[in-house]
Amino acid sequence: MHEVSLMEQTLHIAIENARQHGSNKIDRLKMRLGEMSGVVPEALQFAFDALKEGTIAAEAILEIETVPVICYCHRCQTSFHPAHLFYECPDCGELSRDTQSGREIELTSLELSEQ
Amino acid sequence: MCNNCGCNVVGDVKIHAHPHEHAHPHEHVHPHEHAHPHEHVHPHEHAHPHEHAHPDRHSHPHPSSPQEGRTVEIARSILDRNDRLAQRNREHFSEKGLLVLNVMSSPGSGKTAFLQRTIADLADRLSVGAIVGDLETDNDARRLRQNGAPVIQITTGTVCHLEAKMVFDAARQLDLDALDLLAIENVGNLVCPTAYDLGEDLRVILLSVTEGEDKPLKYPSAFKAAHVAIVNKIDIAEAVGFDREIALNNIRKIAPQATIFETSARTGTGMEAWYEYLDKFYQQKTQDLKQVTV
Repeated sequence: MHEVSLMEQTLHIAIENARQHGSNKIDRLKMRLGEMSGVVPEALQFAFDALKEGTIAAEAILEIETVPVICYCHRCQTSFHPAHLFYECPDCGELSRDTQSGREIELTSLELSEQ
Repeated sequence: MCNNCGCNVVGDVKIHAHPHEHAHPHEHVHPHEHAHPHEHVHPHEHAHPHEHAHPDRHSHPHPSSPQEGRTVEIARSILDRNDRLAQRNREHFSEKGLLVLNVMSSPGSGKTAFLQRTIADLADRLSVGAIVGDLETDNDARRLRQNGAPVIQITTGTVCHLEAKMVFDAARQLDLDALDLLAIENVGNLVCPTAYDLGEDLRVILLSVTEGEDKPLKYPSAFKAAHVAIVNKIDIAEAVGFDREIALNNIRKIAPQATIFETSARTGTGMEAWYEYLDKFYQQKTQDLKQVTV
């Protein structure tokens, strides 16, 4: 359940940013989660619902975008989305050690308004 | 969040530098309980048509429509702060010429026994200290101290992983100048610790033969981030019907970057290869650091 500490951080960053932009109400938070981030979106949503109470994000909606895993094959010099947990290049079959995306845990944007 | 009741009270992280034997009762206030249904009124507003007569023509400002929301781009990694602290740890450890391990596994796969043996057997080659993370108790720290190694226990309360800041605070209580190797035994959990860089040089994943051959497939993120994968308790592999080939194949395919060792911390089988790897890595790091300084 590290989703709780991640959400604490997320809300902290979000509220800080909202204040910097002179807003006292957050309507929406958009996040990006990599497929290999180890974060369970449902657990993050659960943590969000629990932690937002009493904050300026109390009525906010959390929107999560999943970022697919993209690997790089050094032999073929191409990027690919692996079809399996084994990161096998679809062209040459070599196992990739180079993951270009898929581990993201990011707050991408906020929708703000005034109460 | 409290794992027992789901309340939002996060327990204090405690760091124990000295062995002691007493239970730490922990108390926290439950801010509210929702075991019983309760009624509440939802105030809501809705537009309803109404008419009123305007006695004469005049203009008056109508209440403004709710202010349009605006979008602010943030694009920020939630782990930024931890990653910066981890980088600070890494620099600090390198200044001290330390090799640092972050050892992860599920509970019960033998991390403590593995480190206990490593510390004892390496005593004439490398000076080892440890930081141990657990939700409660300092049992593991006491086991590791049996060989005289300096050990700091972090009890995380309800936190399921170690973070760079906890490691920084714990490391301050160790005499790092007197150490060559610092082993961080993470909280037993193959999910959450994976996301947190602690400033280590080597990320070590342990799995024991009792856990099944498909462990790497079930926890791919953990294995994909590992430099070293250790298959432990191989002395009982046959008794539990462990299929070695399948397990090794799964590790190789999920984590082609990882160096694999098969060990038994109990009998000592396979441990020497691990020590040689560590020793070589330590020598390499020391040499690299010297070159950077020169």
